[in-house]
Amino acid sequence: MKILVPVKRVIDYNVKVRVKSDQSGVDLANVKMSMNPFDEIAVEEAVRLKEAGTAEEIVAVSIGPEKAQDQLRQALAMGADRAILIKTEETVEPLAVAKLLKKVVEEESPELVILGKQAIDDDSNQTGQMLAALLGWAQGTFASKVNLADGKIDVTREIDGGLQTVSLKLPAIVTTDLRLNEPRYASLPNIMKAKKKPLDVKEIGDYGVDVAPRLETLKVTEPPKREAGVKVESVAELVDKLKNEAGVL
Amino acid sequence: MSLIVNRRDIDFLFYEVGDLDEILRNGSYTEFDRGSIDAVLDLAQNMAERAFLPFAGALDANEPAFDGEKVSMMPQVGEALYAFAEAGFFAAGFDQEIGGLGLPSVVCQAVQGMFACANLSVAGYSFLTVAAANLLNECGDAEQKAMFLPKMLEGKWFGTMCLSEPQAGSSLSDIKTMATPTDDGHYRITGSKMWISGGEQEISENIVHMVLAKIPGGPPGVKGISLFIVPKYRVNLDGSVGEKNNVSLIGLNHKMGYRGTTNCALNFGEAGECRGYLVGEPHQGLKYMFNMMNEARLAVGAGATMSALGGYLYSLQYARERLQGRHPGDKDPASPQIAIIEHADVKRLLMTQKAYVEGALALLYYCATLVDRQRLSTDDDERWELKLLLDILTPVAKSWPSEFCLEANKHAIQVLGGYGYTRDYPVERHYRDNRINAIHEGTHGIQGLDLLGRKVRIHDGAALKLLTAEIEKTLAAASTTVGREGEARTLKEALDQCHSTIMRISQCSDVNRALANATPFLDAFGHVVIGWMWLRLAIAAINGLESGKEADKDFYRGKIAACRFFFNYELPKTEHVFRLVGSLDDTCLTVTPESFIGE
Ligand SMILES: Cc1cc2nc3c(=O)[nH]c(=O)nc-3n(C[C@H](O)[C@H](O)[C@H](O)COP(=O)(O)OP(=O)(O)OC[C@H]3O[C@@H](n4cnc5c(N)ncnc54)[C@H](O)[C@@H]3O)c2cc1C
Repeated sequence: MKILVPVKRVIDYNVKVRVKSDQSGVDLANVKMSMNPFDEIAVEEAVRLKEAGTAEEIVAVSIGPEKAQDQLRQALAMGADRAILIKTEETVEPLAVAKLLKKVVEEESPELVILGKQAIDDDSNQTGQMLAALLGWAQGTFASKVNLADGKIDVTREIDGGLQTVSLKLPAIVTTDLRLNEPRYASLPNIMKAKKKPLDVKEIGDYGVDVAPRLETLKVTEPPKREAGVKVESVAELVDKLKNEAGVL
Repeated sequence: MSLIVNRRDIDFLFYEVGDLDEILRNGSYTEFDRGSIDAVLDLAQNMAERAFLPFAGALDANEPAFDGEKVSMMPQVGEALYAFAEAGFFAAGFDQEIGGLGLPSVVCQAVQGMFACANLSVAGYSFLTVAAANLLNECGDAEQKAMFLPKMLEGKWFGTMCLSEPQAGSSLSDIKTMATPTDDGHYRITGSKMWISGGEQEISENIVHMVLAKIPGGPPGVKGISLFIVPKYRVNLDGSVGEKNNVSLIGLNHKMGYRGTTNCALNFGEAGECRGYLVGEPHQGLKYMFNMMNEARLAVGAGATMSALGGYLYSLQYARERLQGRHPGDKDPASPQIAIIEHADVKRLLMTQKAYVEGALALLYYCATLVDRQRLSTDDDERWELKLLLDILTPVAKSWPSEFCLEANKHAIQVLGGYGYTRDYPVERHYRDNRINAIHEGTHGIQGLDLLGRKVRIHDGAALKLLTAEIEKTLAAASTTVGREGEARTLKEALDQCHSTIMRISQCSDVNRALANATPFLDAFGHVVIGWMWLRLAIAAINGLESGKEADKDFYRGKIAACRFFFNYELPKTEHVFRLVGSLDDTCLTVTPESFIGE
């Protein structure tokens, strides 16, 4: 079985994000960029399936700048077999990403695509679902456990009320939640081996897909500063404040 | 921002100040390129931030304990070190023929730095193991290497360095531990060692102690010291861990900082035979040890720099957020308070830290590059020169950071005010962690004697001449760089004064008097070297400003400002010290022990 794992280069989760002074976006100059944490989980899950003998090949794919090769190399060092970079310096919205991934799926014919449930830069949480719709495949989102057997995959999902398990026929789309696994660190020897694994660099033009943005960013601002809290003396006072000051009751 | 590393600074030192690209075009290093080096640094940073940093404070508060039977400590220490081993970091700097990755020394410097900054105590176990493995690799025989090295490079067995004893610290000639030959080829070790870092722990399957001891009947003093491998557990023929080798823990020392690394008083051969295996020739132990000591001393300087970097980054972040007071010129009490980083004096505290930390870092990378070039060079003369340069710079690279990066930690506390003095913030821990560095691997005083008594004179001053020639290359470049001409002149004057001081000292036939002020000399000599480093950094920054990316302009301007700071605030201090040392001042030499308190 072949597994496709899309990975995105995003601002590192430790970085304190700053808005550019012209409010056009987030300042990315000299900040640490990393693989989207949910995508690390996706790579890890694919590698575990390969180690268990369930999968034969893992292909990592990224749509992003030249430097996204760093994240693809990381996926290769973690255990992916080869990688594809679809190069663009522009912002690509989830729908465009899903369309490009659909093309890659048609070329590669994987039986399983494992994606992060969302990317921590824009938190869209759309790409996996859109890809499933475009392909007409089954989807199991927010996976905290997967079990692959007999041509189907059971995905335990984290939902508001608790856990739900869905059984999907292959080929299928899975998106990962935080508790699915704890991704491994690459090792130094594997980093060196990853250098020799194939990494194809493509252009968006190679795919004949309309990736023009559908959204326009008017401005980007910092979230409002949290005000200091107050201590209340009694429950009655709390209820009173909630009713009359906060207006939430 | 990261609290353990400034990756932009590493790239600057690698590719703009130094020439790592050129190094990577040579020998076995050609396997690496910028991409793979970046990937290695990414891995190190991720692991250091995720598996080392989060419990550094907790480990300081919960130091290892000994119940008379076993040493216990927070399980995170072992988990972090297993991850470190699993990723192959123990073997990173070793040659590929023996199972290493063959990473350039300067890259290892950057990698180790991140772990040291994140959690010095945990990183300590790995540094000690790497140092012991290095020693074995250089001096051990084939059989010894086969038995111990692979396990150490895999991080399964850890190592220690056992030199000091209760009565013999600085003066190793006075050690008493004995090694008596037996008919079976091994030696029987008896005696006590003190201060042994990592001397006992339950994390690794075995501990490989590298022990200095005397063989009965050998020459007196340092000429009668030999080096032995003494494992905690004997090793079976099949390489597995066997019975106990009678190395016993007497107790743990309770330290000011660096608390997560056990520090042990050990007894050898008290409960039964303790076997030691002679390394190399008898009576050559100290020589072997000192060969490796250069690297260990660079590692100490690096540790000091990293503790200071931790304080610098934390206090910088804090100063940007803490609102307090107004500019002296602002008399309106209703105006909003400003972030303390706006105050000139807080900027001075931060600038001092920057000048010390980044100056020291530049020196350490320079020294590591000398190690790399030594490895790559096929020309004997060139190798000899590189070795001499390293010899004279080593006491500086060990001591200058130990002294001045500790000062930087003091300033980090000051930036946080009262909060900095509490254990709720990491800056006081970094200070305590750092305080060891002027003591171990040869105290500050011993380093001063090494520099003034030996290194500036060796081979008729050949090392000093080489160093001077290197500094003069930078002076020549600076004197034609717009804006740096004045600094080039200032450094030239300091260098000349340094030379004339050494001249005066060498003309004094009373050795005790000549060396009485060796430590102030060490500090001033260090300032000249760091001034040289700042000039190199500033020249590279000016190039960067002209041709680099817009986004890097602030970075480069900061370098130039710090260079200016060092030359205006720091380097002038040397004039006084060189004059004092050159005058052969005997105030301290002649004061009698009784005159301190009159009895
Ligand atoms: C945390 C820690 C970890 C350590 N780890 C190790 C380890 O792993 N392995 C190991 O073998 N040792 C280790 N040491 C020991 C360390 O190397 C010694 O403490 C150090 O060499 C100084 O020896 P001492 O403590 O006996 O002090 P002393 O030698 O008694 O020195 C006391 C003072 O006298 C000065 N002094 C001594 N002799 C002279 C002289 N000739 N001229 C001028 N001044 C002099 C010193 O500079 C110092 O200021 C460690 C020590 C500590 C505190």
